[in-house]
Amino acid sequence: MSREELERVVVEILAGIAPEADFAALAGNEDLRDALDLDSMDFLNLVIGLHERLGIDIPEADYPKLFTKDGLLDYLAAKA
Amino acid sequence: MALFRMPSLGADMEAGTLVEWLVKPGDVVERGRVVAVVETQKGAIEVECFEEGVVEELLVPLGRKVPVGTPLARIRAPGEPETAPAAPAVPPARAAPPASEPAGAPAPPAPAPAAAAAEPAPAAAPPAAPGPKATPAARRRALELGVPLARVRGTGPEGAITVADVEAAAGAAPAAPAAPPPPAGPAAAERIAAPAVRRGFDPVEMRKAIAAAMSRAKREIPHYYLETVVAMHRALAFLEERNRDRPPPERLLPATLLLKATARALAKTPELNGFWLEGGFRPGPGIHLGWAIALRGGGLVAPAIHDVDRLSLDALMAALRDLVQRARTGGLRSSELSDATLTVTSLGERGAEAVWPVIYPPQVAIVGFGRIVTRPWVDEEGGLVARPVVRVTLAGDHRASDGHLGSRFLAEIEDLLQRPEAL
Repeated sequence: MSREELERVVVEILAGIAPEADFAALAGNEDLRDALDLDSMDFLNLVIGLHERLGIDIPEADYPKLFTKDGLLDYLAAKA
Repeated sequence: MALFRMPSLGADMEAGTLVEWLVKPGDVVERGRVVAVVETQKGAIEVECFEEGVVEELLVPLGRKVPVGTPLARIRAPGEPETAPAAPAVPPARAAPPASEPAGAPAPPAPAPAAAAAEPAPAAAPPAAPGPKATPAARRRALELGVPLARVRGTGPEGAITVADVEAAAGAAPAAPAAPPPPAGPAAAERIAAPAVRRGFDPVEMRKAIAAAMSRAKREIPHYYLETVVAMHRALAFLEERNRDRPPPERLLPATLLLKATARALAKTPELNGFWLEGGFRPGPGIHLGWAIALRGGGLVAPAIHDVDRLSLDALMAALRDLVQRARTGGLRSSELSDATLTVTSLGERGAEAVWPVIYPPQVAIVGFGRIVTRPWVDEEGGLVARPVVRVTLAGDHRASDGHLGSRFLAEIEDLLQRPEAL
């Protein structure tokens, strides 16, 4: 899957969690939890969404890699 | 003959607007069935009926705002003979009485309907009419997609409309992400033929509700405050181990351990679990923990999870996820807003380190958990180590309990969090 496709999937999942979130406007190294005001339940729901949509396993130990936009897309590109 | 009344959904609620009937005259209702949707300052709430019998008459038309306690429907108990329809019981519009009744207690009697007949229903308001039968999830989906339920054919039990029916009617792919709320166009309005239905809540009204409850708390409740710092290394290690081989939907958040420990500690100090009413303490009927949920756009609700002390950690996590989802999209139930016997506020992983919360009347205590942070800690052998810790606070109503009891309660939470496998 291309990076653009992955980004689209992330945006779709986030729409159900934080409807006002503007993922595209984030800087690559910005912490999404701060920028999009995601609490731990929101972040878990993002991980669940990625798990279900992309069929990938995301161990808890890997969560910190997903905290920035670049980190998240790099991680997904390597896994999906 | 029983009257189903506008419920009090918390100490701060004075009135509600009936926006949807989910039953019609002749329907059989059982205890706990969601029979109506009421718009409150906290958004649209699905109201359960705690009477049993046959709906004889709907007394309040859609779109009407009525004070707490106003009869909404007459329900004939099983075996009772039918009666002739009574005069309409909608009282004239007037200042709503203050909601002095406790959450969870029977609603106060409605104002006498003496002059009721004098006030005609607004011309625009249609007669009380039931909406089509549909599951709550289907109703939300219909609202999201702007599909009038009247146009959807139900294939569920007794012809109830399901999510799949709604999506089929909308021609929407089931996997489509949740759409933003549609503008209040003709389609949305047609759905239930009532004004002012929307998903979510009005931030201005929500602010008023919070202001009323918190002002009352600070005016009436002599708070005392306690704090304990609790080592979390065992609890976090337990979670890490437990979540390691589980797919994301089955993973637990630390909040489940904090809630369960609170519930178990409350079982040992029941003096903190209940209400201050009419000059005395009344114990709660169970351990129903209100969970404070921050809403996007500002505002806060603290719906209850029932019988937390008896739920497994998995069941508690599922309940928590479901509750947060429904709090944010609309669809909380009346019992969830009125039943909490103690509230827990947890600031989560990006919050401040500690919170000294304000009690939600008429409850008699509230528990606060700060962010889990790594701090220097002296371990059992006297060595200095870095440990994840959480600051646990209690605000207690000094009319109902003292710091000694509160201290025992916090000590019990601390002890339980050192033995997470027993939770």
